[in-house]
Amino acid sequence: MGILVHIGRYVLWMSQVFRRPEKWRIYRQRLFEEIQNVGYASVGLVAIISSFMGAVLTIQLAYNIESPLIPLYTVGFGVRDSLILEFSPTIISIILVGKVGSSIASEMGTMRVTDQIDALDIMGVNSTGHLVGPKMLAAIICNPFIVIISIILGIFGGYVAGILTGEVAGSTFIYGIQYWFEPYYVVYALIKTVVFAVVITTVPAYFGYHVSGGALEVGRASTVSVVYSIVIILTLNLILTQMLLQ
Amino acid sequence: MIEVKGLNKSFGEHHVLKNIDAQFHKGQVNIIIGQSGSGKTVLTKCMVGLHQPESGSILYDGREFTALSFKEKKEIRQDLGMLFQGGALFDSLTVEQNVMFPLSMFTDKTLAERKERAQFCLERVNLPNAAKLYPSEISGGMKKRVAIARAIVMNPKYLFCDEPNSGLDPKTGLVIDHLIKEITDEYDITTIVITHDMNSVIEIGENIHFIYKGEKWWEGSKEEILKTDNQEVVDFVYASKFMKRVKADLAK
Repeated sequence: MGILVHIGRYVLWMSQVFRRPEKWRIYRQRLFEEIQNVGYASVGLVAIISSFMGAVLTIQLAYNIESPLIPLYTVGFGVRDSLILEFSPTIISIILVGKVGSSIASEMGTMRVTDQIDALDIMGVNSTGHLVGPKMLAAIICNPFIVIISIILGIFGGYVAGILTGEVAGSTFIYGIQYWFEPYYVVYALIKTVVFAVVITTVPAYFGYHVSGGALEVGRASTVSVVYSIVIILTLNLILTQMLLQ
Repeated sequence: MIEVKGLNKSFGEHHVLKNIDAQFHKGQVNIIIGQSGSGKTVLTKCMVGLHQPESGSILYDGREFTALSFKEKKEIRQDLGMLFQGGALFDSLTVEQNVMFPLSMFTDKTLAERKERAQFCLERVNLPNAAKLYPSEISGGMKKRVAIARAIVMNPKYLFCDEPNSGLDPKTGLVIDHLIKEITDEYDITTIVITHDMNSVIEIGENIHFIYKGEKWWEGSKEEILKTDNQEVVDFVYASKFMKRVKADLAK
């Protein structure tokens, strides 16, 4: 199917997500369940990846600073800005596509091939809004917190790595992370995160929702949705960076 | 009563339903039979609004369904129960939550009232002790019975059953067939059953529609279907050795 057909169908399908829910009580209940599935369940993985990411960044930056003219606190400064600007919002979002997105595509695909989505439609439930709306909202609420946790743990990982390897002293690193801090960078990171949260949840859900066939097609939809989501995130990253950091 | 008039549905160049006219009567088990790929499931999906037909009309007690808005269709859908081939129970919910689901979505009943109604429906399908189990913990026959309980929980006027006893042993299949018949009589609803199974046709069929290559080929009662000389119907009905023996016995 052509990319333009997918875009058109995605836009029409997304309009269903924003319809008024049949029952707010059920929607709220589903939202809390999805906060658990989409948000809370990802914190552990994000914490591990971010700590190691910060540690490696610190060691690499320290290793590459050979000139005595460049102060060593640049390591802390570089780690902080790399994490805020790019690593935490973008790389963590790409990792979440793999973890959360593929799970959403499989869940929706399985619901489709076992007639569970048809059952909702026949009952008169807006299946798209009921299934996708809470997932999207949960990611919009949780992902900014996840990214903040990622930034903090990344910096902490870098600090620990600097001390343990002896490359950067603790006080130098802390001076570096305080040096020339631009609060707008955090706003920029959070804007990106919210946009990526919509992609992480709705693109895989779209592919899962429109599956036809059996287990093989559900698996394919999951893979295709991850590829599309990553490409979309990278493209939006470029556009948002150009728009927000001019 | 549900009426279908001049219904046409195509997928690309494949004309699946060709000018179908049919009436499905209230208080009866209306059966749609036909070979695989004849268009039975597409016809049903058009009737419940999962497919949009190219032309023709579907009338629920005189109300034109195809011309209704999403909101208006929703009202009719709340009068409609459907039993899917695999049950289509929601995996993340318990049996009780599955049965309560339509009540939770569309009524203002309290939790106690919803639980009471769900338990009543589960008892009606002979599953009084399955409430706390998950769909993965119950057998295929039990899943079908839970799906029937979910389908009747809102007191529907129309019940659709897509191959209700496929994948079940003959005895359990018979239990499901009789349950469908009992519910149809008890609630005086319009029931439509799609099946390949001649046992179901003979057991519970009252008004039988035979679909052949996308066309409504034949219609009659279960007594008439055993005596018809329509060659396509005869080929379908007496395809098995068992039914050939029945035919021989009838001839005697």
